Amino acid sequence: MRRPLGIILPILLLIIWEIAARSINNQFILPTLETVIPVLLSPTVDILGTGSLLHNAAVSLERVGLGFLVALAIAVPLGVGMGWWPRLDAFMDTTVQLLRPIPPLAWGPLAIAWFSVGLSSMVFIIFLGAFFPILLNTIDGVRSVKRTWIEAAETLGASERQVLGKVVLPGAAPTIWTGLRVGFGVAWMCVVAAEWLPGTTSGLGYLTLYAYNFGQMQYIIAGMITIGTIGIVFDLLFRSVENRWFSWRRLER
Amino acid sequence: MKLAVQDLTKVFVTEGGEQVTALEGINLTVEDEEFVCILGPSGCGKTTLLRIIAGLETPTSGTIRVDGEVLHGPSHRIGMIFQEYSLLPWRTVHQNVAFGLEVQGKGRKDRLAEAEKYLDLVGLGNCGNQHPYELSGGMRQRVAVARALAIEPTALLMDEPFGALDAQTRNLMQLELQELWKKTRKTILFVTHSVDEAVFLADWIVVLTERPGKVREIVPVKKCPRPRDRTCSDFVGIRRHVLDLIAGGSAD
Repeated sequence: MRRPLGIILPILLLIIWEIAARSINNQFILPTLETVIPVLLSPTVDILGTGSLLHNAAVSLERVGLGFLVALAIAVPLGVGMGWWPRLDAFMDTTVQLLRPIPPLAWGPLAIAWFSVGLSSMVFIIFLGAFFPILLNTIDGVRSVKRTWIEAAETLGASERQVLGKVVLPGAAPTIWTGLRVGFGVAWMCVVAAEWLPGTTSGLGYLTLYAYNFGQMQYIIAGMITIGTIGIVFDLLFRSVENRWFSWRRLER
Repeated sequence: MKLAVQDLTKVFVTEGGEQVTALEGINLTVEDEEFVCILGPSGCGKTTLLRIIAGLETPTSGTIRVDGEVLHGPSHRIGMIFQEYSLLPWRTVHQNVAFGLEVQGKGRKDRLAEAEKYLDLVGLGNCGNQHPYELSGGMRQRVAVARALAIEPTALLMDEPFGALDAQTRNLMQLELQELWKKTRKTILFVTHSVDEAVFLADWIVVLTERPGKVREIVPVKKCPRPRDRTCSDFVGIRRHVLDLIAGGSAD
C-alpha cells in the first residue's frame, strides 16, 4: 500500500515539470524531459569532451571510495578507543566538537594549499565529510554495548583485548554500520562540491558545472539524476547488509 | 572448594561525594558443594556482595579466598549467572556456550563438543543453532547456566537468575537447578529476594540487614529433606522465621 502511494508524487512532479518546461519554452531555465532522457539512456556517450556519464560517475565514485576508506580506517579505531577509555574521550572530545561544525567544503582552500589541486585535496574533503558521522556513531555504539555482556565475558575469562574484539566490536557493529552508511552519504554529497574546486577536470560534480558554462541544462539535470541515483543505490546496499548481518538487534527485545 | 569472605566492607562514593556503606564486616565460609542463598531487602547490597566475589567489583576492605588463595578479579573457578539476559545476541546458542572455551584458545571442534555436552545437561541439546532471541526467558537462563558451567568452575554465583520469569517457569527452574546441583556437585551462591525461593533451595540462608548490609543471621535449612515440600511443617517454620528476620520483627 505504501509503495504505490509513494510513486504517485514523483510521476506528478514529472508531469508538472514537462508542462512547465513546455510553457516556459526556454531550455536554459528548464529543459524538457525529451532532452534529458536521451542523455540518461546513453551513459557511455561523451559529453562536451569531458568523457561519458558513466566515466565521470566512476571517477567520482573512486574519489569517494578513497576518502571513505581513509575515514573508516581512522574513525572506527579512534571511536572504539574513545567509547571504551574515558580518558581518551576526555582528551579528544573538545577537539572533535570544535572541528565537527566546520563544513568539509570550508576546508577547500586549505586542502588545495596543503595537497595542491587534484585527487588528494578532494579525498581530504571527502574524508572530512565521512569522518565525523563514522566517529560519533562508533563512540555511541561502543557506549551502548550492554554492561552485562561485557561482565559476562569477563567472568568467563576474557581479557580486555578479547572483550573489545569479541563483545564490544560486534555489539557496537550495528551502530558503527549506521555511521558508515551516513558517512558514505555525506561523502557522496561532498564529492560533488569538491569537484567544483579549481583544477578539477572530471567527475559528476565537474560535469554539472562545466555544462553550465555552455548553457547545456539537460546535462546538468542528467548529472543530478545520476548523482541522486547512485546515492540511493548505495544507501540501499548499506541497508540490505544491515538487515542481513544485524537482524539480531531488531529481534532482541 | 572452600569459599571464604573475610571482613568484607564496601563503601561507594556517590556523585555528590557522599560516602555510602553498602556492605559492612561480612564474614562467610561456604564449604564445598554447599548451596547457599543470600537473602535481604532490596538495596541491602546482596548483589554487590556477589559481584565482589565474582571479581567484577573491588571491596573497600576485606578479602575473598578460594581454598585459602586470595582472589583478585574474575576467576575461572567461579562462574556467574546474571539477573538480566547476558547472552550475546549475535552468537548462536552453541557459540555462546563455547565463549569461555574460545577465549581460553580451545579449538573449534573441541569447544563445540563441550558446548553440546553442557547444553544436553541443561536439557537444550537440540537448540545449539538457534539464536538467543528465539528462546524463552527460562531457556535463555539455562543457556547462561550451560555457558558458566562450560569453563568448569567449582562455584556458581547466581544473581536473582529467575527474577524475570513468571511464577510457573520459576518453580520449574528451581527444581531443575536442584537436579543440576546434585549432578554437577558445584558450590552455589544464590542471591534472591524471595524467602520462599531461598528456603526451597538453600542448605543455609544468609539473611542480610538493610543498608549497610551486615549478616543478620545464618539460617540452616539442611534439616528439611530435598526435594522440599513447601507445605511441610519444617519448611513453613523456617519460612516464618526468615520472614520475621526480614521484617525486622525478630530482633533477638
